[in-house]
Amino acid sequence: MLIKKAADISSSEITPKSLYLNRRKFLAGTALAGVAAVAAGVGLYEMASASSVAQANTKIDGLQKSPFSTSETNTPYKDVTNYNNYYEFSSDKYEPAGLARNFRTRPWTVTIDGAVRKKQVLDVDTIIKMAAPEERIYRHRCVEGWSIVVPWVGFSLNELIKRADPLPKAKFVEFTTLFDLQQMPGQRSQVLQWPYVEGLRMDEAMHPLALLCFGMYGELLPNQDGAPLRMVIPWKYGFKSIKAIVRIRFVDSQPINTWNISAPSEYGFYSNVNPQVDHPRWSQATERRLGEFRKRPTLMFNGYDQVASLYSGMDLKKNF
Amino acid sequence: MQLEHERGARVYIQKLMVRWFRPVVFLACLGPLARLGWKAYMGRLGANPIEVITHSTGDWILIFLLVTLSITPVRKLTGLLWLIRYRRMFGLFAFFYAVLHFLTYIWLDKFFNLHEMWADVSKRRFITIGFTGFVLLIPLALTSTTGWIRRLGGNRWRALHRLIYVSAIAGVIHYWWLVKADVSKPAQYAFVLSLLLGYRVVAWLVRRNTERKAASVGVRNAEVT
Repeated sequence: MLIKKAADISSSEITPKSLYLNRRKFLAGTALAGVAAVAAGVGLYEMASASSVAQANTKIDGLQKSPFSTSETNTPYKDVTNYNNYYEFSSDKYEPAGLARNFRTRPWTVTIDGAVRKKQVLDVDTIIKMAAPEERIYRHRCVEGWSIVVPWVGFSLNELIKRADPLPKAKFVEFTTLFDLQQMPGQRSQVLQWPYVEGLRMDEAMHPLALLCFGMYGELLPNQDGAPLRMVIPWKYGFKSIKAIVRIRFVDSQPINTWNISAPSEYGFYSNVNPQVDHPRWSQATERRLGEFRKRPTLMFNGYDQVASLYSGMDLKKNF
Repeated sequence: MQLEHERGARVYIQKLMVRWFRPVVFLACLGPLARLGWKAYMGRLGANPIEVITHSTGDWILIFLLVTLSITPVRKLTGLLWLIRYRRMFGLFAFFYAVLHFLTYIWLDKFFNLHEMWADVSKRRFITIGFTGFVLLIPLALTSTTGWIRRLGGNRWRALHRLIYVSAIAGVIHYWWLVKADVSKPAQYAFVLSLLLGYRVVAWLVRRNTERKAASVGVRNAEVT
């Protein structure tokens, strides 16, 4: 495979997360010292419960650089963790951060079944150790027209696929999110059909860019960002990057993804980032990079041209 | 004697509610803008400030339109007749937030790109209907003064200002058509709006019924004499 992007930055160049916390936030933190005392008491109480909720902020060791990383500036951590389309919790982008605070990410198992030689039910920590963790700084483009740059941590999905040993008749990979009415209040409304399902064609799933992700900014994923395990498919609109995965199934027919069920004329299966194919209700030609004032032009495949060969000969207007 | 005192007290309270309360209400109506401005200044608008500004100003247009539309029903049902003196202020604030909402769109979203704006208005129906709702408020704002009520005459002025019904409906549909999947917020506005418009429909039916009855009584009287 021809690697077009060379390693752009060394680990020393990546701005430490702490620098994104500006002075104003530091002052606000000082003011909250009194509140913190109360919070500590509550925290001790929560830690006493059997399941672990504080998985985020666990540093990931042995991070490797990736040639797939972009040199663009990371979006501030506080923005990526407080602006989340995670309808399982809320359709308000500012609410998942709070609502997912006590989401239990351990113990967590992922079922790997369908057209595989042997069905497996794996602990998520077993999956995380399958391959060396890489830091992939990807552009992430939401179908709504905003975008961010996130230093994800994970490894190519094809590492898991290799170990899953799919049968020849497996043409697609289907992913399913957790369904838990008690922990995920958004699922109590039928805003979408639950559980959330997404899918990839086999060659898309095998592409090295498709990331099986369990961390960001050098730590395990925060709950509101899809902990403990999610996909990141940077050349497609963000809703394809399914969160909180509990099942990976190999199938021979195209999976019906949740947003396609919700509005078939607006959200397709492929959903490749494409400035020439508008959403029926808004243009996809430009995007707002969070933190920037002016809008910027949207790039074909979100700038990841190396996937173009997967779609040669395909009418991307029909297969949106 | 006692009636005189009661009437005096009522007049005093009405004067209080209209004259002295007015600046308080005016400042309160500016509150949403002040809050937005303060948060913007403090950098506390979150990850996508322009989206927050657009949504917030949009919400307040609808809220002020609904408040304006609720003046008449509330007056009739509670007898607080002096509320009419505030209807114009609330209506104009709806227009004010509509101008801000529109400015946010043409500046912070489109950067005054006329070509792109025209493409939006003509192709994306939620923008078409939003733009319609905004445009309909312009003649209402311009003719909001008592001078204009005089110039147009009460009946013509009232007929023109019924456009607020169309504008409010357009605004709710604009909101409904722009959400991805969660229509619960636009549905809430739609519900309140339908109550306020429903009141008008019922009032109109009652009035028409009364007029019919009065007309038939008149005919019967004429027949008798």
